[in-house]
Amino acid sequence: MSEREIKNLEEIFEARIARDEKIEPKDWMPEKYRQTHIRQMSQHAHSEIIGMLPEGNWITRAPSLRRKAALLAKVQDEAGHGLYLYSACETLGISRDELYEQLHSGKAKYSSIFNYPTITWADMGAIGWLVDGAAIINQVPLCNTSYGPYARAMVRVCKEESFHQRQGYEIMLTLCRGTEEQKAMAQDALNRWWWPSLMMLGPTDDQSVHTEQSMKWKLKRKSNDELRQQFIDQTAPQADVLGITIPDPDLKWNEETGHYDFGEIDWDEFWQVVKGHGPCNKERMKARVDAWENGEWVRDAAMAHAEKNEKRKIAKAS
Amino acid sequence: MSDKKNWPLWEIFVRSKNGLEHRHFGSLHAADAEMAMENARDVYTRRNEGVSIWVVESKHITASNPSENGEMFEPAQDKVYRHPTFYDLPDEVKHM
Repeated sequence: MSEREIKNLEEIFEARIARDEKIEPKDWMPEKYRQTHIRQMSQHAHSEIIGMLPEGNWITRAPSLRRKAALLAKVQDEAGHGLYLYSACETLGISRDELYEQLHSGKAKYSSIFNYPTITWADMGAIGWLVDGAAIINQVPLCNTSYGPYARAMVRVCKEESFHQRQGYEIMLTLCRGTEEQKAMAQDALNRWWWPSLMMLGPTDDQSVHTEQSMKWKLKRKSNDELRQQFIDQTAPQADVLGITIPDPDLKWNEETGHYDFGEIDWDEFWQVVKGHGPCNKERMKARVDAWENGEWVRDAAMAHAEKNEKRKIAKAS
Repeated sequence: MSDKKNWPLWEIFVRSKNGLEHRHFGSLHAADAEMAMENARDVYTRRNEGVSIWVVESKHITASNPSENGEMFEPAQDKVYRHPTFYDLPDEVKHM
């Protein structure tokens, strides 16, 4: 294809997106659109898969059968969300194996929030309330994104996600209405998860390299700072209901703007964790790679079994 | 194991309730049809989303090519006589 032809196709493509038309897998798309989507969708899928690990840590130690069943269901949903997103991503012409390879080699990223440890049961509450809360704010606009398979996967994910947040908040509520020690445990979890949750919504707008292009492709509909403000505005009153304190002395309702003002985020910490120096980066990757490698013989055996069955069927028929 | 084979891709169709058609829900990897069925149940119907599942190995689907949409679908556009509104009838004629 000549440069002019490509330019022409690109114009038609951009016009389609501007008209809110969806792009489907076999449609022509600019290479950059394809790559950007592979990057974002796979990062999202990897986050769901790695995101199972911090919570998996507490399944066997959940304080009641009710809590255990709910936590198991939540972790299972995360596996499901990872699978929806991987298969949506594969429609762009990349294989599942390549996607895993990118995760395991460290080439692809996942949300850095999952590199923090879950040291008490209250962390299950804080993760559901804050981490899933921030995730929902990030994900709801994606239900309208321009790439059809991604938008459809996100509709499904968002439908299931609200149970996650509610079960987390209920854990916090129970602890906050319990003994002094239980309430202190909830406060401690809030103290540790608050700032990383704010960072989850991404670098500030002036530092965010992908925002402009992603807005144009509707891969993003609100900027990181807008999403963060929305998260803080909706979460601060929920902390009041719990009767615990958000660890930010500058957090204050601003009558004039109609929003909460908040303190400075420690972006050095964010970049440290992104670059692999968070408290659990190594542990998470090791758990993931071990699971993949130790499961190899099972995958091979299943394939061998399927092939043997197929041969048997053919022999029987002839 | 000599030449390594990855689990193939399957397309999953779910009938959400009797009276409705099976609809495409997504895809997944599985070693064979039986496993695809079990995985489809766990991945796509965790909340009573279906009463029936079809699994089809993706390679068996032949899809039309969007870049040929013109030849494929445009011929239908100039055949307005296939629609009831093409025909002029007097107002006195009811129920037609």
